[in-house]
Order: sequence, then structure tokens, then C-alpha cells
Amino acid sequence: MINLQGYGPRLLEGAWVTFELAVLSLIVAVILGLLTASAKLSRNRLVHGIGTLYTTLIRGVPDLVLMMLLFYGGQIGINMLTDQLYEAFDIDIFINVNAFIAGVVTIGLIFGAYMGETFRGAFQSVEEGQMEAARAYGMSDWLAFRRIRFPLMMRHALPGIGNNWMVLLKTTALVSIIGLTDMVRVAAEATKATHEPFLFMVPVAMTYLLIATLSEWIFSRLAKRYNAGFGETH
Amino acid sequence: MATTATPLQARNIKKRFGTHEVLKGLSLEAHQGDVITLIGASGSGKSTFLRCMNLLEQPDEGELIVHDEPIHFRDTKHGREPMDWKQVERIRAKLSMVFQNFNLWAHMTLLENVIEAPVHVLGKPKKQAIDEARSLLDRVGLLDRADYYPTQMSGGQQQRGAIARALAMDPEVMLFDEPTSALDPELVGDVLKVMRGLADEGRTMILVTHEIAFARDVSSQVIYLHQGVIEESGAPAQVLDDPRSERLRQFLAPKH
Repeated sequence: MINLQGYGPRLLEGAWVTFELAVLSLIVAVILGLLTASAKLSRNRLVHGIGTLYTTLIRGVPDLVLMMLLFYGGQIGINMLTDQLYEAFDIDIFINVNAFIAGVVTIGLIFGAYMGETFRGAFQSVEEGQMEAARAYGMSDWLAFRRIRFPLMMRHALPGIGNNWMVLLKTTALVSIIGLTDMVRVAAEATKATHEPFLFMVPVAMTYLLIATLSEWIFSRLAKRYNAGFGETH
Repeated sequence: MATTATPLQARNIKKRFGTHEVLKGLSLEAHQGDVITLIGASGSGKSTFLRCMNLLEQPDEGELIVHDEPIHFRDTKHGREPMDWKQVERIRAKLSMVFQNFNLWAHMTLLENVIEAPVHVLGKPKKQAIDEARSLLDRVGLLDRADYYPTQMSGGQQQRGAIARALAMDPEVMLFDEPTSALDPELVGDVLKVMRGLADEGRTMILVTHEIAFARDVSSQVIYLHQGVIEESGAPAQVLDDPRSERLRQFLAPKH
């Protein structure tokens, strides 16, 4: 492999951080998105309100600002909590917000709101009769969700999930500002030291492109699977 | 193993939508092998009554007893609802429903549709469920369509498939909600033929239908509903051929 003036191994580590960060954030975002969609479709006013507040707040504030708010605000919040614990119960702990976890939580939280909108539309596209049949055959709510509603709505949700994923992947580049050493940060440091921006930024761009291309392939496989039964005739 | 339990009893079922009372205290008793047909104009409440029996609609009043097991209700501020949804799920699994619009699960092949509830609700071994499903599909004349998706089949095929799905549960009672209403006329015959076979073998069935000739043929009891009330009920010969009320006479009169 190319040595990249000694930065090769660190760039590779950075690429792995980027990848891990993106995948874990996606998982958080999908779970939050499903919850948000359920909340926004709920007839309970409070639950509905919480869902709406969350998506409005997240979608109206820049990612960068949210990230700093959550990272620094989160640390301050945790400090306040541990101070209280110390005063009330004499428990002395110090929790340092881990930049990686903060990154996953923040990106997950941001994209959970977008996923929520994607899933909401997809849930609504599932015909009521499909769920009615599930109930009529004795399925519990969870079983009906897992076996019927989820696979049916995925067909409609996948294009949106794919788009969100691509944007999410690129948003991970922002985590360098909260001190996480992803591949962008490594490349930036290397550029500063060597004054050779292209030597480092081109491989970084290629890596993003590689992940994106790979995901396109995975998404098209998934689309094929969830479209079974809706496509062309036998 | 003949049991003496009554498959399904509904007593004094009432149902309101908003302020409109659609069911005004309906009762029905299905004994082993009964074929009970509900007829009536649209809006008479016949489908709602049927849907109350497996709790797709929650009755506001009245009792439901399936295989001698009463369903327990409790009052909440949103109205009455079942006390124990696990009980409801268990009871629904004994009452297979066949829908007007088939409602086969669109993302599954016909075979997958038929084995879905037996495997995941009843916990049957998959291999056994597949064997049974194949013989049921053979029975409704669709064995060669086992690997087709619902969208790849005609309405009549889908409905016969839906009947196979219902049979796979080996249900206590089969509920048919206007099973032929969404079908092209030339496809109705095959579906009715399958249903007639079920009636002949002694299946307990409750059906909502507009097929009066079929009702006359297979029913042990016909119930005529008008605005949420049972107006006439009895043997088909009596209700259909010798109606007492003027309204039923008009309902049965051929329309030109």
C-alpha cells in the first residue's frame, strides 16, 4: 500500500472510525425514526406532540450547531447530574463525554428525525386490510409489525433510507470538530504538516465514494427483496 | 372427538359509530356445522356485526362466547375494550376470516400466506404447515399457483387462496365478509363451489353475502338485518321463500 508520507495507517484508522460511526449512527437513526413515525401516527396527543417537536427542532437547526450543542451541552448536563449525585448521596463520579459516543448519538438524533418522516409516509402506504388480516389471524401487535407492516412499508421506505444514509455518511465528516479522529481530520492534519492537500484529500474522497457505491449496491439488493410480489407478473 | 361446546354465541351486541347506533342488540348462536347467512341492504350492519365477532370492531355492549369461553371486557374512558388482548388473539386464531378484498399479504407468495399464521401464531412446525398448505391449495385448485404472489393471480384465485389460508388454521368458525362482492361475475362460481364444499363437510360458517340463491342452498339459518335490527330469521325456506315483512319481500324482489 502507498505510504502517504507515513500517514497511511492513520488514514486507514480514520476511515474505519468514519465507517463505524456512520453504521452505528444509522442504526440509532432507524430505531429513532421508527419510534418517531409511530409517535406521529399515534392518536395520543402528547405522544404526537413529542414526535412533532422533535422533528421540527432537529430539522430546523443546522447539524453543526446541534452537534456542538449536544456535545458541550451534554457534558454540562452530565456534570450537573454528577454534582447533584455528589451532594445528595456523596457519590463521586466523573463522566467524560466520549467523543465517539457523542458523535453516534448526535448523528443518530439528527437523522432519526429525517428517518421519522420517511417511515411515517411508508407506514401510511400500507393498506389497512393487510394489518386487519394480521389481526384477524391472531397476530399480536409485535408479530404483525414484524411480519406484515415492516416488510410492506420497507418497499416505500427504502429509497428514503438510502438518501438519508448517503447524507448521513457525509455528515460524519463534521465530527472532527468535536475532536473525533475520523479520516477527514487525519487528512486535514496531514495536509497542514505537508502542504500536499491532494495527496490526502483525494484518497479520502475516494473512500467516501467507495462506501457510497457499495451501499448503492446493497440498497438495490434490498429493494429487490422488498419489492417481491409487487413487480412484474410471473 | 366430538365436543358439545357451542362454536360461537353473540348476545345482544350493540355498536355505535359516534352517535349513530349501527347494531341495536343482535344475537346469534352458531352450533357445530351451522351455516348462518346474514343478508340485508348496505348499511344494515351485517358486516359490522360479523366484524364484532372477531373483535375487528369492538362492540359497545353485549357478550361474545367462543367455544364456551366468554370474552372479558372492561370499560375505559375511550369506551369498552377487551380486558386481555392475549385472550382476543387466541380466540381470533380460532375464527378465520375471509375478506371481501381477500387481503392476502402482498409480500408473500400464496404458500407463504397459507403457512404464515399456522407457523407464527399457532407455532406449527414449518414442514408440517407446508405439507398441509399444499393439500389445502390442491383442494381449492391452486397447487400450481403456490409460488405466485397475490398480484399475479386473478381475484377469484386470490379469494380461493384466502379460503385456503383460513382453512389452514383449522378454525372453529369461518367468517366470510362478502367473499364474492369484489369479484368479476365469471369468477364467482369457483369461489362459491369451494364454499359449498366446506358447508357440505360440516364446517361452521357465518357469512355475509348478496348471493341469495347460494344462501338458500347452503344455509341452515338466514338472518335478515335492517338498520341494525334482526328483522327476520329462520330456515332459508321460511325467510327467503316466505318472507313475512314487506321490507324483506322488496329486498328479495328481482331488481330490473
